[in-house]
Amino acid sequence: MLTEYLVVSALLIAIGATGVMIRRNFMIVLMSLEIMINGAGLFLITMSYYLGNVSGQVMFIFVAAVAASETAVGLAIAVMMYKRKKSVDVNDFSILRK
Amino acid sequence: MKVILLFVILTPLIGFLINGIFGRWTKPIAGVIAATALGISFILGLFPIFSVLHGHIVEYTYFTWMPFKEVVIPFGLRVDYVSAVMLFVVTFVSWMIHIYSNGYMAGDKGYARYFAYLNMFVTAMLILVLGNNYLLMFVGWEGVGLASYLLIGFWYEKSTASDAGEKAFVVNRIGDAGFIIGILYLVYYFGSVTYSNVFPRAEHVLGYGSTAATIIGIALFVGAVGKSAQFPLYIWLTDAMEGPTPVSSLIHAATMVTAGVYMVARSNAIYSLSPIAQEIVATIGAFTAFYAATMALTHKDIKRILAYSTLSQLGYMFIGVGIGAYWTGLFHLMTHAFFKGLLFLAAGAVMHSMRGLLSIDLMGGLKKYMPQTAAVMVIASLAISGIPPFAGFFSKDAILASALEMGHPIIWIVGEITAFMTAFYMFRMVFNVFYGEEKVEGLYHDLHTHEAPAVMTIPMWVLAILSIIGGWVGIKVGGHIPFEWFVIHSAPTTEVAHEAHYSEALLMGISVTMGVGGILAAWLIYIKKIITAEKIANMFKPIYKLLANTYYVDEFVYCCIVKPFWWVSTNFLWKFVDVVLIDKGMVDGAGWIAGRVGKGLRLLQTGFVNNYAYWISLGIILLSSWYLFVKII
Repeated sequence: MLTEYLVVSALLIAIGATGVMIRRNFMIVLMSLEIMINGAGLFLITMSYYLGNVSGQVMFIFVAAVAASETAVGLAIAVMMYKRKKSVDVNDFSILRK
Repeated sequence: MKVILLFVILTPLIGFLINGIFGRWTKPIAGVIAATALGISFILGLFPIFSVLHGHIVEYTYFTWMPFKEVVIPFGLRVDYVSAVMLFVVTFVSWMIHIYSNGYMAGDKGYARYFAYLNMFVTAMLILVLGNNYLLMFVGWEGVGLASYLLIGFWYEKSTASDAGEKAFVVNRIGDAGFIIGILYLVYYFGSVTYSNVFPRAEHVLGYGSTAATIIGIALFVGAVGKSAQFPLYIWLTDAMEGPTPVSSLIHAATMVTAGVYMVARSNAIYSLSPIAQEIVATIGAFTAFYAATMALTHKDIKRILAYSTLSQLGYMFIGVGIGAYWTGLFHLMTHAFFKGLLFLAAGAVMHSMRGLLSIDLMGGLKKYMPQTAAVMVIASLAISGIPPFAGFFSKDAILASALEMGHPIIWIVGEITAFMTAFYMFRMVFNVFYGEEKVEGLYHDLHTHEAPAVMTIPMWVLAILSIIGGWVGIKVGGHIPFEWFVIHSAPTTEVAHEAHYSEALLMGISVTMGVGGILAAWLIYIKKIITAEKIANMFKPIYKLLANTYYVDEFVYCCIVKPFWWVSTNFLWKFVDVVLIDKGMVDGAGWIAGRVGKGLRLLQTGFVNNYAYWISLGIILLSSWYLFVKII
């Protein structure tokens, strides 16, 4: 049982990381980040259950709260990006390099 | 007593600080401040000296100076039978010379600076003498070296003066290296540098005739060779005459240069364990005594004659401490401080009224113009020539008699020949300067030659009286020589298996004959002129040339040591090590590497978020792999 949960958790993180690395649409990148966070959350809860210790579950509550606020900030950034360039392609935003 | 002893050192230090920091304002009274400080120091110093005379050694520890785990070095002062002699000589002669300097240096623009240095010198010398451990002695040792450097180069606008100061400093460093090695050996064998800890255990720890005792003895003696200007490190002392004459008197005749003799007498417990080290000390002393006396024969500059004479007399002192009769070395140190200090002061008085002229060829008949200076000069010269009842006779005779009795007949012969030369060159100078005809018509009139002021003549007379009576502590009273009886409490004479006995009257007779013979020879040549000096010089032309050029030692040192040293410094140390290795290699190299690395790393900043995410992920994977596969195992 434990192994399966852990595999799913690792898969979620890997899928999310891949999404962050290869996708250029900012909305998709945000969603991939959410997937990674949920992978990590699943890992926390699994281990909490396995070790019989509730702190992992408590911590997930915090992670979920942080994830929600992070999404809010991310979406606000997306709106601002679109206002400036009429695009949400992350590669259009490389002005820090120049 | 504890506070009094500390203030013996602190008073000159306070004088130094006042004149050193507020010199601009204290200039008119700088000399008074300095001389007063020395006077107080001398009077305070009498208390511990009286205590020692009553048989109580004074030793106090003030604080722990360097608390290492294995070696604890205290800051403590000690007055015992050896340092009491030095304390008296140093404070008293310094005091006299400080007073004299008030007249001699009057009107010099560095008046306050001069007295600040002079007080600093006395502070350092007292630390050297009174410290109760070798490291404190070394602090004083370096302090007097610094003061000597500053005072030789006192008139630093003259390039010869500043060069001479530099030479003294560099040559002394060579000796100091030996001294440090000696101290480190002491720490290694004894785990302590405190006298009261080292000396009682010396025989037990090192053992009689052991290599360790010999190494320590020789290493410490190398330091003494540098500071006391013995062969071959004597070359700085004659150049040191570039300094003001009272400085030559105080530092380069009476006190500082005798520090090496004091050190050997102080370390008697170690030297008595090593016959080899003693032999080296005595041999170098005897050689320097003879060698320097030969050079004094031909020189024409008053101060240089006296400088070579100082080297020669220091050689006598090293004979005394080298053969193991430590009290004779200290005895000669004391009388020498009186008469040689006086000789330099008298030479300074002559220089003062001759506007800095020094050559004996220009003078003659000065007695008429400077009767007091002439009188003290004659007294001091009689003292150094070993004519009874003047001070030098007793101390020199004590050294030479001990040398013969303790089984060193060759050193005795060399010493007697040197005694003849000493009397000859001293009276060559006296006759040429004070007697006979004026050599240059009208010179004295043009220079307004006159007797020195009272502030200069009074210290000279005080020293002159001591040059007469100072040796009387060496007269046998009831089977004991008082000075010997006093010093051997702290510096017992080395015991020799076969002590030879000679008739004292005979030995004294020979010594006196040598002295009188030298004076007579000088009288015949320079006053009676039965044969002129030029004729003798022509007769022994090669020898005369060799002596007049001081054996070409300076030239030898210049071409064989200084020049190669410069060559190595320029071509290797500067052009290779500094320019290539340090500048091009390390300094430029560090910048070049940083630039290259930066150029490479700059490529990582693409501006694309995905790339950053990639590098972050890669970093996480690498770090977690490190933890998983390396750290856990």
